[in-house]
Amino acid sequence: MNNNITKLTLIETLKALEEKQFSEKELNEAYLERIKKLNPSLNAFLMVNKDTKGIPSAIKDSLCTKDIKTTAASKILENFIPPYNATVVDKLLEKEIGIIGKTNCDEFTMGSSGENSAFGPTKNPWDLTKVPGGSSSGSAVAVSADLCTFAIGTDTGCSVRTPASLCGVVGLKPSYGRVSRYGAIAMASSFDQIGPITKTVADARLVLEWISGPDGFDSNCVEIASSKTPRNDTSISLSTGVIAIRQLAEKQSLKGLKVGVPKEYFGEGLDKGVEKVIRGAISKLKDLGAEIIEISLPYMKYGIAAYYILVPCEISSNFARYDAIRYGSARAEFGPEIKRRIMLGTFALSAGYYDDYYAKAAKVRTLIKQDFENAFNPPAGGVDVIVGPVSPTVAWNLGEKVNDPLSMYKADIYTCPVNLAGLPGLSVPCGFSEGLPVGLQIIGKYMDEETILDVGEIYEQNTNWKEQKPELSF
Amino acid sequence: MKQLYEPIIGLEVHVELNTKSKMFCKCSADYFGKEPNTHTCPVCLGLPGALPYINETAIESCMKIGLALGCTVSEISRFERKNYFYPDLAKGYQISQYRWPLCKGGRLQITGNSGQDITIRINRVHQEEDTGKLTHVGNETLIDFNRCGVPLVEIVTEPDFHGSEKVRDFAKKLQQLFRYLGVSNADMERGDMRLEANVSVRKIDMSLREDEDDEAISNMDGIATPFGLAMTKNVRNDKPLPNYRIELKNINSFRFMVAAIEYEIKRQSEALEKGEKLTAETRGWDQVKKETYLQRSKEEANDYRYFPEPDLPELRIKNKELRIKEEMPELPWNKEERFVSEYGLTKDNARILAESNDLAEYYESVVKLGKQKEMEPKQIANYLINQKPDINKVSPEEIIKNIQSKSAGIIGDEAELKKIAFDVIKENSESAEAFKAGKLGALNVLLGAIMKKTAGKADIEKAKEILENLLSK
Repeated sequence: MNNNITKLTLIETLKALEEKQFSEKELNEAYLERIKKLNPSLNAFLMVNKDTKGIPSAIKDSLCTKDIKTTAASKILENFIPPYNATVVDKLLEKEIGIIGKTNCDEFTMGSSGENSAFGPTKNPWDLTKVPGGSSSGSAVAVSADLCTFAIGTDTGCSVRTPASLCGVVGLKPSYGRVSRYGAIAMASSFDQIGPITKTVADARLVLEWISGPDGFDSNCVEIASSKTPRNDTSISLSTGVIAIRQLAEKQSLKGLKVGVPKEYFGEGLDKGVEKVIRGAISKLKDLGAEIIEISLPYMKYGIAAYYILVPCEISSNFARYDAIRYGSARAEFGPEIKRRIMLGTFALSAGYYDDYYAKAAKVRTLIKQDFENAFNPPAGGVDVIVGPVSPTVAWNLGEKVNDPLSMYKADIYTCPVNLAGLPGLSVPCGFSEGLPVGLQIIGKYMDEETILDVGEIYEQNTNWKEQKPELSF
Repeated sequence: MKQLYEPIIGLEVHVELNTKSKMFCKCSADYFGKEPNTHTCPVCLGLPGALPYINETAIESCMKIGLALGCTVSEISRFERKNYFYPDLAKGYQISQYRWPLCKGGRLQITGNSGQDITIRINRVHQEEDTGKLTHVGNETLIDFNRCGVPLVEIVTEPDFHGSEKVRDFAKKLQQLFRYLGVSNADMERGDMRLEANVSVRKIDMSLREDEDDEAISNMDGIATPFGLAMTKNVRNDKPLPNYRIELKNINSFRFMVAAIEYEIKRQSEALEKGEKLTAETRGWDQVKKETYLQRSKEEANDYRYFPEPDLPELRIKNKELRIKEEMPELPWNKEERFVSEYGLTKDNARILAESNDLAEYYESVVKLGKQKEMEPKQIANYLINQKPDINKVSPEEIIKNIQSKSAGIIGDEAELKKIAFDVIKENSESAEAFKAGKLGALNVLLGAIMKKTAGKADIEKAKEILENLLSK
């Protein structure tokens, strides 16, 4: 019974609660029991809330939770208890979503493998010797291993999509400005975005609806008019109020949809096994009626270089507040990756270097943005979505890249251009290579999460990848 | 040595805005005298995850100042981060403007010694935020973050001053402007308004590029002040600017600023005359020793690593300028001119009456009433300037009455009668004491003395009232 509860998606859980198949108490107990058994080997949670109520969600520990320790997986904030909630947390609490725990991540969200946590790496539930991907490692693992109904992560260059891809779950990085960043401990302010990690695309859609919209605290968060496609609206009334669920009609086709496939997403460095799975997913989209168009994003090859200049620049400034005067421990406690980025950024912004580094990288960023605009807008491309791999490889061995920062940075090659351009990106499970999950990345137009969610949901309904769960022995 | 050196001075003026809330959060900006660290929140304390949110009223105030100074308001400007470490700076950077200021290129006229107009060019007017406040107690330093994030506007002039008095005149004129616009209390002592002067001197007969050190000049843009480069390029009378400058900082009165500038002109001239080489420094003013002292030398200058503030969108001013212009009151210098042309006042009298918006408005309301009684605006101006009535207590109607009785020869002005009554009491202390002791008839002796002194022109009822008041105390 308990395992049946924890297998349910968010929407299934809401329906089951409405139908009184089980109580909220039973729901939370089922998850807590599973966490108790599995977390010691997975290290997904840094903190577990034994008094949790409501729908159990897992929140990345880089999001501030009032009166609950928020460490960002760093020694610096080991004892930091925020006096306020992140906007996203407040919005979830309003829906009476509970926080079952705070999840592990790379320290201050810097990393692509989940190994940079000051409190030990998170393990991939599909193979405990592999990385889960980062930085939202614990959130993706918690969803993948059924330790929560859904989770919240943050994505600056890959951090929701990569762990979702490597753990076989759904991860959405919304457009920059769709979700308020207030209370999410900043890594790089013009890149950071908070997004859901869920068991299905429909769940991601629901959570996005809950957490998006301006709040009067994030000046870059804007109101958008959404819901251009008619879909089935069902509502569930729980003791906590009415929750509207917008789902696509089943087995809808992708007829009329133009899918762009950038050749740069299939170049050197892409693992053959991953490529095969992605090509398979693309032909599935074609079978479902989509028109597949090869496109080019010529400036994408400079994406990693521009990203790893601009991001450290913002980091070098954002991390100046950790001076141990008002809170936190001394700067010596920063992990090596943070120190590296602070030094890189400080250098790149210094007098005499600004134009060569920051200013030039900012120009490249504009060009990458234009690449995407050209692809989406006629006459050049006119595609509705762009698809490709999330990660060039499946989950790699723990310890394999952690001492080689450059090869670690290269893991972000297909994801970080999306953050440079501020676009939405979705990772949807699309198969396995070497027994490990592969995620299909679906990139959309600015503020057009609806379309990528539609494509993802139709793909998901016509495949059975979401039924696949890692086998975890107790 | 005298007259051999000419001072060249540029000014940076910071003014705290009197908005309700702080620049980037909802905390009250009214911090003065409040219990430390009570006007704070995650944003102004720089807690992890907190973000700035723009106070639009502050932006409008900044635009008002810029427009009043004849600046161009940039359609698109940006906030930028000025990165440096100091314990009173919660985030480790100040949100300011550098490459894309809100207002650029204005001017303000001041009056020269022989009455001519002197134009001081304004380089920029930009928006930023204040820092917290440090208090040193014994070996400990306390930090109060109440002031952290209070909106601050910075006004930067070109190096157009050549003497300390003009700096003071200019600063006072700005202070008057801030108060007219209602954007700040502009109180120097409370630190609402702060002055920084960049002072250097050059030989008056210095021929082009004579003593110049090219290397030193090219190093100037390495100094992390926004105008290092711009200032070296600006020339007056085709002469290059000196290759160094001394920044006078943290001076909280007009008087001290004048003294500090005077001191610097002398010190620098003497040093150059002795063949010493001057380099960029920041200096403060010691009011006890009456001298400036070294705070920081150029070698210790910060590299502020300015870059666009990624937490804030570009600032786009659309259709705002017109509305703000309409909202702005008549500027003090325009009012002065109008008082001269419309009411025939002398320049001096116009200046005195336009000193504050309150006095100017009071004057004009009396003029309006006086018009019905065919009273001359000039007459009213003279009366207000000479009698200095308390405009918060005396109504315009009373002013008209007083002027009328005065012109009829009757002395009805309270202040004037009071003065006479004082003298009379002093001169007739016996009668005064007798009245105080209960001999009411003694009052007539005093009244008689007043009438004698004024040749019978005193308003007898008022005089009686005043005497009774004075003697009952």
